[in-house]
Amino acid sequence: MNLTVHVWRQKNGKDAGRMVTYQVKGVNEHASFLEMLDVLNEQLVAKGEEAIAFDHDCREGICGMCSLVINGRPHGGHERTTTCQLHMRHFKDGQEIWVEPWRAGAFPVIRDLCVDRRAFDKIIAAGGYISANAGSAPDGNAVPVPKEQADRAMDAAACIGCGACVAACPNGSAMLFVAAKLAHMHMLPQGQPERAKRTEAMVTAMDAAGFGNCSNHYECEAACPKDISRDVIAMMNRDYTKASLGHREEESKAEGAG
Amino acid sequence: MTINLDARIPTGPIEQKWTKSKFDMKLVNPANKRKYKIIVIGSGLAGGAAAATLAELGYNVACFCFQDSPRRAHSIAAQGGINAAKNYQNDGDSVHRLFYDTVKGGDFRSREANVHRLAEESVNIIDQCVAQGVPFAREYGGTLANRSFGGAQVSRTFYARGQTGQQLLLGVYAGLSRQIQAGRVTMFPRTEMLDLVTVDGKAVGVVIRDLVTGAISSHAAHAVVLATGGYGNVFFLSTNAKGSNVTATYRAYKRGAGFANPCFTQIHPTCIPQSGDFQSKLTLMSESLRNDGRVWVPKAKADVGKRAADIGDDNRDYYLERKYPSYGNLCPRDIASRAAKEQCDDGRGVGPGGRGVYLDFRDAIKRDGQAKIAEKYGNLFEMYERITGDDPYKVPMRIYPAVHYTMGGLWVDYHLMSNVPGLFVAGEANFSDHGANRLGAAALMQGLADGYFILPYTMGNYLAGLGLGPAVSNTHAAFKDAERAVKTKLDTICAVDGKHSVDSFHRELGNIMWEKCGMARTKESLTEALEAIPKLRERFWKEVSVKGGQDSFNQTLEKAGRVADFLEFGEMMCKDALVREESCGGHFRVEHQADGEALRDDTNFCHAAVWEYQGDNNAPALNKEPLTFENVKLATRSYK
Ligand SMILES: Cc1cc2nc3c(=O)[nH]c(=O)nc-3n(C[C@H](O)[C@H](O)[C@H](O)COP(=O)(O)OP(=O)(O)OC[C@H]3O[C@@H](n4cnc5c(N)ncnc54)[C@H](O)[C@@H]3O)c2cc1C
Ligand code: FES
Repeated sequence: MNLTVHVWRQKNGKDAGRMVTYQVKGVNEHASFLEMLDVLNEQLVAKGEEAIAFDHDCREGICGMCSLVINGRPHGGHERTTTCQLHMRHFKDGQEIWVEPWRAGAFPVIRDLCVDRRAFDKIIAAGGYISANAGSAPDGNAVPVPKEQADRAMDAAACIGCGACVAACPNGSAMLFVAAKLAHMHMLPQGQPERAKRTEAMVTAMDAAGFGNCSNHYECEAACPKDISRDVIAMMNRDYTKASLGHREEESKAEGAG
Repeated sequence: MTINLDARIPTGPIEQKWTKSKFDMKLVNPANKRKYKIIVIGSGLAGGAAAATLAELGYNVACFCFQDSPRRAHSIAAQGGINAAKNYQNDGDSVHRLFYDTVKGGDFRSREANVHRLAEESVNIIDQCVAQGVPFAREYGGTLANRSFGGAQVSRTFYARGQTGQQLLLGVYAGLSRQIQAGRVTMFPRTEMLDLVTVDGKAVGVVIRDLVTGAISSHAAHAVVLATGGYGNVFFLSTNAKGSNVTATYRAYKRGAGFANPCFTQIHPTCIPQSGDFQSKLTLMSESLRNDGRVWVPKAKADVGKRAADIGDDNRDYYLERKYPSYGNLCPRDIASRAAKEQCDDGRGVGPGGRGVYLDFRDAIKRDGQAKIAEKYGNLFEMYERITGDDPYKVPMRIYPAVHYTMGGLWVDYHLMSNVPGLFVAGEANFSDHGANRLGAAALMQGLADGYFILPYTMGNYLAGLGLGPAVSNTHAAFKDAERAVKTKLDTICAVDGKHSVDSFHRELGNIMWEKCGMARTKESLTEALEAIPKLRERFWKEVSVKGGQDSFNQTLEKAGRVADFLEFGEMMCKDALVREESCGGHFRVEHQADGEALRDDTNFCHAAVWEYQGDNNAPALNKEPLTFENVKLATRSYK
């Protein structure tokens, strides 16, 4: 099929950037969206132009490296599908397609379609772990975990950290990402000891990284290629309230003792 | 010059070697650990676990990866599971059995002592991962669940749906993040190691390119760990992530590290067949599917065009069950792949070009119900349908072998140190544990064993031997020379200014490798490849087009550097395959077979072939580490 593709081109973080229109010829309907961009890049190289930069690695929907807002929807808006797994059979011959990078204050563009998502790493570093040094673990079966709980932890842990939730949110909020990580750990007995501290630390880091607030649009849930449910946000909010209450109680106890 | 291949295997009975050697190792005083700087290249299971654990011990660690976050290393893509000799199923598993299965599965081309240690540490890995919050599959009673994988008759594989690698890597990444926050690991994402620096024969640091700004910088350390994964992408099409490459290990090879068994590559039997020229990678369908899926082709060539549903049981050839009755569909990968190729070569393959066999769940669905099958494999079925448009609950999957894993890698001794002192190599990047064929669910085990439980000991032993002095400075002339060479090479690539894309050369190389050094190799095919590759390389350096220069974010340049290395490395692989005049594991020389099965030659080839760089214009020198088998008797593998 032949397509008209409008692509965001931006030399670097300082450049203003603009949409550029390309004609792409002879795209196979079995190709993935990224393979369509490969074909376009081959055509650009043949003309002596610079290739379009876009992030990708596994090309099977698991690494979370690929991004792209396609016709206004992160990952193109198909259920449970990342851009690398989106196939051209979902487009029509002659169609016009708009391709842009994630747009969010906390994810600055570094070139063309690539953005800087290090803000996510900062949130995880603030508390997205269970402190367990190598060598100190009890036997794997020492603490039984009910199957249903393990399954729900796995549902939340399926997050690939791609950032589609942030890109979809009108406020650029990272609530779904943060809440999914918290839900994964807090569904498991191993996650309990640091529960309050973890919740506070990650929420604080999220705010500090420049993500917006959640105003309950739930575009994030619709855009998530891994079906993370908005329920995790409710769980996080409850935990956060508890954690900050607990914090105040501790402070007042400390004052009383003094 | 020949290189020192003393493997430093501890003496004593195999069950005691690791315990004894841990006790014999020198220790670094806790107060002194932070004075030692360690560079880790790679943040996958091996590198990420090593970086986190070394930092937990108190060392000062710098970790580099080319993705935008350490959480995206290629380990994330592993689907099926991780082995451990827990014997939770009470089905006769033990450390010894895991050791035995892995040595046998590797077709007697791995090092016994390393494999035994791997089996010993396997049990600690599961404990560690559970403590970190890895959501492994559970039974209703709350205990850990297991499944079977190829090459084993016990159920010892732990898994997290079809996303085991993802969950293990997220555990590693969490631990790594904790150390980053604590200031003990400095993380450098979107960077690429382009050279190893040695002074007085020791590894003292690396030259790094910042992939965003293009800046070249030198980083010095007391020791360097390479955990940069495998080189399957030399074939262009593989199940590896697009960025997986040989650059770090190949450039270390050019600085004196021996490269062992480069021709040992694994072709995985169950991948989605290629569908067109535009294709950029192949997708694996986890081996775990062979637990319930039955592999077959039509008995008669006349039936290959028919719909699967129209071919009755009598007219189906369940060839793995027929040829290998005791292991059936769960025979090892090398055997299953070759068998699939055989059926297709015989004209009984299905689908476009006759390059496919069926993996059929009809009987399993009938037996267990669709819900049960969906619970086990739902995400894999969905992935298959998304890519092919076919629903595997209704029609059998079509699969074909594809390049998946590389057993070869930089040579390391028992301490995971290469022949270059101070250069350690972990995970898929080294060569030691899987011989000529890796068993399913054994790579995740190896990466984590190396990173969590082995390097932390052997690294201390090396550093303690260095004394307390500071690392060589990164302003040393050796760093400046290496930086200059790196920049010149990048400029040279950009200056070619030809007309052909980097990918076009990579595809062409991949074709040569697949056709001539793939599932079946002959003296003739390898000789042809050895003529074709240098010609292709010459054309690359005359005709490749890389726009944009080296001083900016330039993905084309990144790729070009990697392809340039593959174009040299592929030649070494073919040489290695040519001189190994035997068949073993994934290395099948057509000339050496008995009844269609691989025919090993233990008299002449019971060794690791270790290649030593001799300059760009000279052929590499071949060194050998003899392999001895004292605990698993050398025998012809049989899965019948
Ligand atoms: C699709 C698929 C499924 C698999 N399933 C299983 C399974 O079920 N069970 C199993 O046991 N094994 C499985 N494997 C194999 C297993 O996943 C890998 O062998 C293993 O994860 C490799 O881990 P690693 O840490 O050695 O390297 P990787 O995870 O590949 O990490 C390499 C790291 O090195 C970095 N790097 C590479 N080059 C450079 C450079 N030049 N400069 C800077 N950084 C660099 C990368 O950024 C990355 O961080 C599977 C493999 C594939 C492809
Ligand atoms: S490239 Fe890995 S998720 Fe798309």
